[in-house]
Amino acid sequence: MLCNLCGKNDASIHLTEIVNGKAIELHLCESCAQEKGAEFSHQFSFGDLLAGLADLAPITMSEAVRLEKCSTCGQSIAELSKSGRLGCPDCYKNLQRSLLPIIKRVQRSTQHVGKRPQKVSAKVKRQITVRELEEKLKKFIAQEDYEKAAEVRDEIRKLAAEKSRTSENSSKESGTKEKK
Amino acid sequence: MAIGFLDELINVPGEWLRAEGPESDIVISSRIRLARNFSGFFFSNILEGEARRQLIEMVREAIAKTSLLKESEFFYNDKLTAVDNEFLVERHLISREHAREKRERAVCLMKDEIISLMILEEDHMRIQMLQSGFKLKEVWGTMDTLDSQLEKSLPYAFHPEFGYLTACPTNVGTGIRISSMLHLPALVMIKQLSKVLQALQKMNLAARGMYGEGTQATGNFFQISNQITLGLDELDIVDSLEKVIRQIIGHEREARQALLKSRKFRLQDQIGRALGILKNSYIISSNETMTLLSMARLGLDLSLIGGMNTRMLNELFLLIQPSHLQRIAKRTLSAKERDIRRAELVRERLKSVELA
Repeated sequence: MLCNLCGKNDASIHLTEIVNGKAIELHLCESCAQEKGAEFSHQFSFGDLLAGLADLAPITMSEAVRLEKCSTCGQSIAELSKSGRLGCPDCYKNLQRSLLPIIKRVQRSTQHVGKRPQKVSAKVKRQITVRELEEKLKKFIAQEDYEKAAEVRDEIRKLAAEKSRTSENSSKESGTKEKK
Repeated sequence: MAIGFLDELINVPGEWLRAEGPESDIVISSRIRLARNFSGFFFSNILEGEARRQLIEMVREAIAKTSLLKESEFFYNDKLTAVDNEFLVERHLISREHAREKRERAVCLMKDEIISLMILEEDHMRIQMLQSGFKLKEVWGTMDTLDSQLEKSLPYAFHPEFGYLTACPTNVGTGIRISSMLHLPALVMIKQLSKVLQALQKMNLAARGMYGEGTQATGNFFQISNQITLGLDELDIVDSLEKVIRQIIGHEREARQALLKSRKFRLQDQIGRALGILKNSYIISSNETMTLLSMARLGLDLSLIGGMNTRMLNELFLLIQPSHLQRIAKRTLSAKERDIRRAELVRERLKSVELA
C-alpha cells in the first residue's frame, strides 16, 4: 500500500483515529508520518472542533458582534473561531453576550457549580450569594412556602442595597480622581 | 540537572504503569487534570516575553509554599532537549502541545510522577495527577488539596457565573478533565467496542487513544474522559465517570469470559502467535509491538501465559516508545535503528515468558 500523503513510498504506519465513534484510517510512510506528526494531532484537536462550532454561531450573530474587541486584550470572537482560544480572562466579561451562545453549545449549562477559590473578591462573593439565594427563592415559591420565600427575598434586597452603596462610593472615588 | 533527573526516571516504570490499585487488570490508570489561569495576564497563546517569565516565577514561588510539592523538581524549557520533551510526553507527564511550545514555559515534576504541573500550556497552569488503577475519587481528594494550597499564593481567574476561566471555553467552569485509561482487547475482538464508543458519545464522554487528543487507539488502550466542565460539580463528574467505567469493566470481563468459553483455541492461537513474533523478531515497529503486547497482556490476565508479571509487561509498553529507546541507548537513533533496538529489548525482556 502506498502512503496516503506522498503517494510514493510504501505506507508503514497505519493510524486509526476515532472521531465521533467512527474509525478513520490513514496509511503513511515513515517520513511523511514524522513530518506530518505535528499536524496530525492538530487535525482532530478540540480547538478545531470548537472553531467549527464557533463558525456556526454567526447565523444568529452579526458581523459587528463577531468582530467586537475585548477592551483588555483586543481579541474578538472571530479570533476564537480561528484558534479556539480566547485572549484573556476578561474576555468572558467583555464579550459575555457573544460568548454565551458558544458556551451553551459546548457545555450543558452556563452556571458554574462546584469548587470556587477561598479568596474571591467581595463583589464576586456577593454575586454568588445572590445567585444562590435566587435559586432558593425559586425553590420555595415552587414549594409554595411563601414565608421562607419572603425571608430569602429580603436577604436578596439587602445584598442589592449593599451593592448600590459600594458602586456609588466607587463612582465618587473615580470622579474625584478625574478632577485632580 | 534535568538530564540526571530524567535518567533516573528511566529505571522505574512510572506510577501509572505500576499495575497496582483496584481493577488494575483493565484500568491502567486514573488521571485528573485541572486548568487554572491567573487574572492580570493574557492567556498563554498571546502572552509574550517578560510577562511569561514573570508568570513562571510567580508559579514557582507558589509551588515552594505548598506541602504537596515540597520535593518537586522544576524545569525551564530551555534546559529540556527534544528527546527530553518527547520522553516526558511518552510518560504522560506533559502534553504534546506543551512539548511543542518554543516560547518560555516550565514543568514541575514529583519524582514519583504522580503529580506534574505544566506552566504556560494552553492554560497558564495545568495540574495533573496520574495514578495506577481505578481510584478517581482518591485522586480528586489530593488534587483538591493541592489546588487549595496553590490558590493561597496565586490570583486565580474566577467568574461567579462561568467559574474558573480557561483559554478555551470547552474547559471553563471546573476546569477539570478526568480520565481513565482502559485496556479493552476482548471488547475489540468481539467487535463490541463501537457500541461502547457510541454510548459514551451520547453521555458527553470522550474516548481517545493512549496519548490523548489526536492519537490512535493502539494496543487496545482507550482513554475515557468527561467533556462537560461547566454546570456539574467535581464530585458529580467523578461519580458519573466512575459509574460508566465500572460498566465498561463489567462488559470487558464478560467478553473475556465469553472468549474463553467459546473461542478458547482461537484465543490461545492469537496469544501464542503474538508471543511468537515478540520473542523472535529482529526488526519491529512500535505500533506492531503495542498490538502484540496487548495480546500478551490479555494472555497474562487470563493466565494463558506465565513467567512474567503485569508490571514488567506494562513497563515494556513504555520502554519501546521512541524516546525511551533513545534514552536507554544514550544517543539519538534513526527509525531503523530503533526498530532493531526495540526487537532486541522485547526479545530480552520476554525471554522467560511461556504459554501456560
